Amino acid sequence: MIEELGTTSEGYMVINIGPQHPATHGVLRLVMTLDGETIIKTEPHLGYIHRSIEKMCESLSYRQFVYVTSRMDYLSSHMNNHGCSLVVEKGLQVEIPERAQVIRVLMDELTRVASHELWWGAMAMDLGAFTPFFHSFRERETITDIMEETCGARLTMNYICPGGVMADLHPDFQKRVKNFVTLFKSKFHEYNELVTGNIIFQNRMKGVGFLSAEDAISFGCTGPVARGSGVKSDIRKLYPYEVYNKLQFDEVLETGGDSFARYMVRINEMLQSIKIIEQLIDNIPEGEFQAKTKAVLKLPKGEFYQRVETARGELGVYIVSEGGTTPYRIKFRSPGFSNLSALPQMVKGSKIGDLVATMGTLDLVIPDIDR
Amino acid sequence: MKSLLTGMKITGYYFTHHKEIITEQYPDNRATLKMADRFRGEVVMIHDENNEHACTGCSACELACPNGTIKIINKFEVNAEGKKKKAIDTFVYHLELCTMCNLCIVACPTDTIKMEPNFEHSVFDRSQLTKVLNHTGSKIKAGVE
Repeated sequence: MIEELGTTSEGYMVINIGPQHPATHGVLRLVMTLDGETIIKTEPHLGYIHRSIEKMCESLSYRQFVYVTSRMDYLSSHMNNHGCSLVVEKGLQVEIPERAQVIRVLMDELTRVASHELWWGAMAMDLGAFTPFFHSFRERETITDIMEETCGARLTMNYICPGGVMADLHPDFQKRVKNFVTLFKSKFHEYNELVTGNIIFQNRMKGVGFLSAEDAISFGCTGPVARGSGVKSDIRKLYPYEVYNKLQFDEVLETGGDSFARYMVRINEMLQSIKIIEQLIDNIPEGEFQAKTKAVLKLPKGEFYQRVETARGELGVYIVSEGGTTPYRIKFRSPGFSNLSALPQMVKGSKIGDLVATMGTLDLVIPDIDR
Repeated sequence: MKSLLTGMKITGYYFTHHKEIITEQYPDNRATLKMADRFRGEVVMIHDENNEHACTGCSACELACPNGTIKIINKFEVNAEGKKKKAIDTFVYHLELCTMCNLCIVACPTDTIKMEPNFEHSVFDRSQLTKVLNHTGSKIKAGVE
């Protein structure tokens, strides 16, 4: 129910934040009940960018529906495509060539770094610091250039497809990724010097937007939001897919539960992703980049589920098949939706300014929440 | 206080080191700006110097497209032996519907269509985005089935 705006009988003020508001990074509408500047209640209202992607997928074939998922969480489009491809492959029971698996993981990790970089810039901008945005985009630009060269697009990739990947790696790929890793490592100290160590930033982040581990579990939070509260939730570790079980990397955990803990999780996750990229970039096996599949894919009758770790948390893809060429039902379990559900709990009793800081650490992508 | 100065030092560094700024001066750099070869900008049909293409009109791209971007209108041509043979009349491509997903390119059995890295698509009228990909007077290459 949409609450009436104005003043309540207790003297609280009910106002809108959004749907058009720079701090919500999209069309998220929050109906806030305020006592002066203190937040009494927050109610997120969704539906402003609903495109009924799940329903659309029901009329598309198993090859076609993958591209739509790039438009859900557009900052981790590779991982969305990855999840969809994996669930189709699970149904078809095809074995994916090792080369394709390594390429997929490489792309996933590059996207994760790009996504976290954008988040870092946008989050600092939410708090009033404009310069970090340009610093993060400088490194992110290198990744989008690499993507453009190999995948042919900068944001909505549709590169990972059922059976493997759409095209082989560009001959310059390895060289450019190595250059990026060197660049990233030489510039990473700037991130900490500009923002992390900044005393104003720390005062605004520490002790703000607290989420306990119990709450994180009960709200179904995943990804960096859950890991900031000390909940182990990395799908790459818990339910490894592709070549993740052969790789050496750590699940970044912080126990603080506040905005600063979530911030530190993402900052350290970037380093872990770089570590994965470094392990794989010199060890891309030779071979096919695509498994032999039929031109028209038909999944056997039944239910299939696969989860992947996107930059925001756990993405689950659930397909019910009737044995035809199109899915009977598709359901996406998107990380943003459950992470947003924890927001009212996190900001209760804090000030409006802290809401913006807390929302920044949730790393919300509204098309992912609304689909 | 020290943490603020550390941050200011980085800003000061870039203020005095202009060479490390990587902003692309678009559209001033249009003459030198080169997109990646694989960049997906629009679908085109490959024609050789004799104005011949390899499209058999099999409609595989039309079926592969998730948005109904491609519409192929076929006609029947009578060949030298007096047999009727299917050939394309018009290959209609709606750029305004296209999401550059590359599925038609993958589906094409004769590799007659490809993606061009052209990204400047702004026009004054939407109807200008509906394109006919086969050139006027073009015909199918000999030997393509």
